[in-house]
Amino acid sequence: MKDLGKNLLRGGTGWVALLVMFGLVLAACEKKPEEGAEVTEIVIGMQCDRSGPTQTVGPFLCDGAHDYISLFNKKKSLGDKYRIRLMEIDHGYNVPRGVEAYERFKEAGAVSISLYGTPHTYSLTPKLTEDKTLGTSPGFGNAAAADGEKFPYIFPVAATYWSQIASAVKFVLDKWSGSEKPKIAYIYYDNPAGREPLPVLRILASKEGFQLREFAVPPPGIEMRPQILDIARNYKADWVIAHLFGRAPGVSIKEFIRVGFPRDRVISLVWGASESDINVAGWDQAEGYYGLQFAGVGQDHAIIKEIKQMFADEGKEPRKTMEITVYYNRGVFIIALHARAIQIALEKHGYPITGENVRDAMESIHDFDLDGFMPPLNLSRQDHEGGGWVKVYQVKGGAWVEASDWMHGYRDVVLKHVAEAKAS
Amino acid sequence: MLNRETATFKRSYAEDMALYPLPLQRVTIAVIILVAFVAFPFVASVYMLGLANLIGIAALGAIGLNILVGSTGQISIGHGAFMSVGAYTAAVLSSRYGVPWWGAILGGGSMSALVGTFFGIPSLRIKGLYLAISTLAAQLIIEWVLNHVTWISGGVGAVIYVDKPSVFGLALKSNLAMYYFIYVFLAIGVVFALNILRTHIGRAFIAVRDRDVAAEIIGINIFRTKLTSFAISSFYAGVTGVLYTYYYGMANYEAFNLTISIQFLAMVIIGGLGSVLGSILGAIFITLLPIVLDTVLGSVGRMFMDAAAVASISTSLQLMLFGGLIMFFLVVEPDGLSKLWRNVKDYFRVWPFPYL
Repeated sequence: MKDLGKNLLRGGTGWVALLVMFGLVLAACEKKPEEGAEVTEIVIGMQCDRSGPTQTVGPFLCDGAHDYISLFNKKKSLGDKYRIRLMEIDHGYNVPRGVEAYERFKEAGAVSISLYGTPHTYSLTPKLTEDKTLGTSPGFGNAAAADGEKFPYIFPVAATYWSQIASAVKFVLDKWSGSEKPKIAYIYYDNPAGREPLPVLRILASKEGFQLREFAVPPPGIEMRPQILDIARNYKADWVIAHLFGRAPGVSIKEFIRVGFPRDRVISLVWGASESDINVAGWDQAEGYYGLQFAGVGQDHAIIKEIKQMFADEGKEPRKTMEITVYYNRGVFIIALHARAIQIALEKHGYPITGENVRDAMESIHDFDLDGFMPPLNLSRQDHEGGGWVKVYQVKGGAWVEASDWMHGYRDVVLKHVAEAKAS
Repeated sequence: MLNRETATFKRSYAEDMALYPLPLQRVTIAVIILVAFVAFPFVASVYMLGLANLIGIAALGAIGLNILVGSTGQISIGHGAFMSVGAYTAAVLSSRYGVPWWGAILGGGSMSALVGTFFGIPSLRIKGLYLAISTLAAQLIIEWVLNHVTWISGGVGAVIYVDKPSVFGLALKSNLAMYYFIYVFLAIGVVFALNILRTHIGRAFIAVRDRDVAAEIIGINIFRTKLTSFAISSFYAGVTGVLYTYYYGMANYEAFNLTISIQFLAMVIIGGLGSVLGSILGAIFITLLPIVLDTVLGSVGRMFMDAAAVASISTSLQLMLFGGLIMFFLVVEPDGLSKLWRNVKDYFRVWPFPYL
């Protein structure tokens, strides 16, 4: 037997066994929640990308969500007997891992899911519908899912790409004072998410009669010098609408600076307008750049102050990730909706609540805006988007400054398009 | 003894050619089949079944890739794209033309085999790293086509929803039903792969891998052999893509990107080149490792920190450990997990007389 041990160790098997044992011991040491006896946890599942191609978003978005839930529980918003557990799984923007994460959420009893990523939203839509569990796809995923009658369990709050592009066009045309219609360039990441706004944008171009040219940036989107030169020098665009992801927005701003295109003629959809993108390009240089948002930006909001106060009460420094307020606040916004829906469902039905209850509760959310931090959402069975609200911010003096109120553009066109998608 | 060749006499050609000549092997296989098809599905939770489904699909793809990479020595970084060809073919066939699941599986596999064979043509002139680059091109070209040709992808979203397969009028909706669906194909794939390596075709693959000039001199048609290998391997990839499509309920090329191609290569290399068991072990390893790490790191981390801090540290640590463990296993046994298993078997084969 002595030889057996030696021989196996030589083959490395022993080491593997040791590692496995170590892992088992660690797993056994797991601390059991002390107050678990009388407090029941309600689980929200959250997909996150902290390690994949969009890790410029994930760490901030997900930290925001965690902190909101901590505050929510601390305030005992569900009463003494219940609390929310936010279960985060990082999928690294990998679809099989995203599907596995969903199964793990379900195993843990999650009643609602915060999805992350367009391909993940697409791949989980059939499962969510079948399992009667709601999933939010804030700003990404399938724009046609705004129709709750066709996609009963997907909530693309607060604005799908169709609503975003319509608002961007409205903002541009409102700003435009020239005698002729402006020449608009649309620069986009060449993947399904990047092309999603195209049909609506083309409809608007023919309806409003402005000139439109599309410029595709192939993945991974870190090289777009030719496209931007083309926009500035050949096409001589009056306005640019940008729809880029990950590291691409920062690169695009740098290129606009390099070719001398005026930054206050560029407006980005929601995933290309965070502090980190401007950090890449430099705040002075990027002065004037516009971006769409569907949650308040900056730290001057009651809810963000409350979170900071929570940290102060615990004697901790505020989290570093709070500084990227665009994504941090967006995480707060998304999870606040989930928490609110669970709160309503619990009040109405009592424990235990089902995914269906939470969905119905989400559809009943009205006038819940955390003092202007969130858009004036009005969710309903027909409108899972809640109105398609966005707010435009502009880079001014080293910060993102409001450049509009909550707005939505061409609602009729967008709704008509959603209805057509439903019929097809 | 059960596990010895001694006293196992082969009395007929059939016995001589049996896949598993030893009684112990036959017993083991019977037990595995019983566990996989009877015991496991009844004790496993829905989550475990979902995990098993992902592993099963990945194992099928890895077995296919291993025929190409491990047995024939031709590298392919385009396997993710070949899977997407299968996936879209099946999705188009079933959602637009109402083809049943068996037609979609055959169609997806065949179309992928066709495309794979086409992109295998450069392998006749180039080898090794050069071939890797050429198959990388296949990945990019196929992705571009699926992304832009809306006739295939059905619109800007490049997503086609498909209904779950229905067998004898029964829609396979639950994870349990999909489990049987997937594992039947995995079983067929395993048996086919084990056997093909014992035929003249499989021997030709190995000859080409070991030295193609020598193989040509002893009369092997290199052209045909390499392309056959590409065809078989991408047929597997196509079926894998179809199974993914049915499991997710939709086809989307972003689920088959370059990362997935490389992940499959990693499965094959960690599992053991040229070994069917290795492909399965590799698929299990690559699929489970991130989950195990996530669970262990998460539960340890929660003892010290709040959830957000744990998440941000554990995801970084996970990536490092993932890479580290892959290196560890390859250093311990460069021939992969299947070789580790063989070492154990070899030890017990002569135990308790290691000097034999």
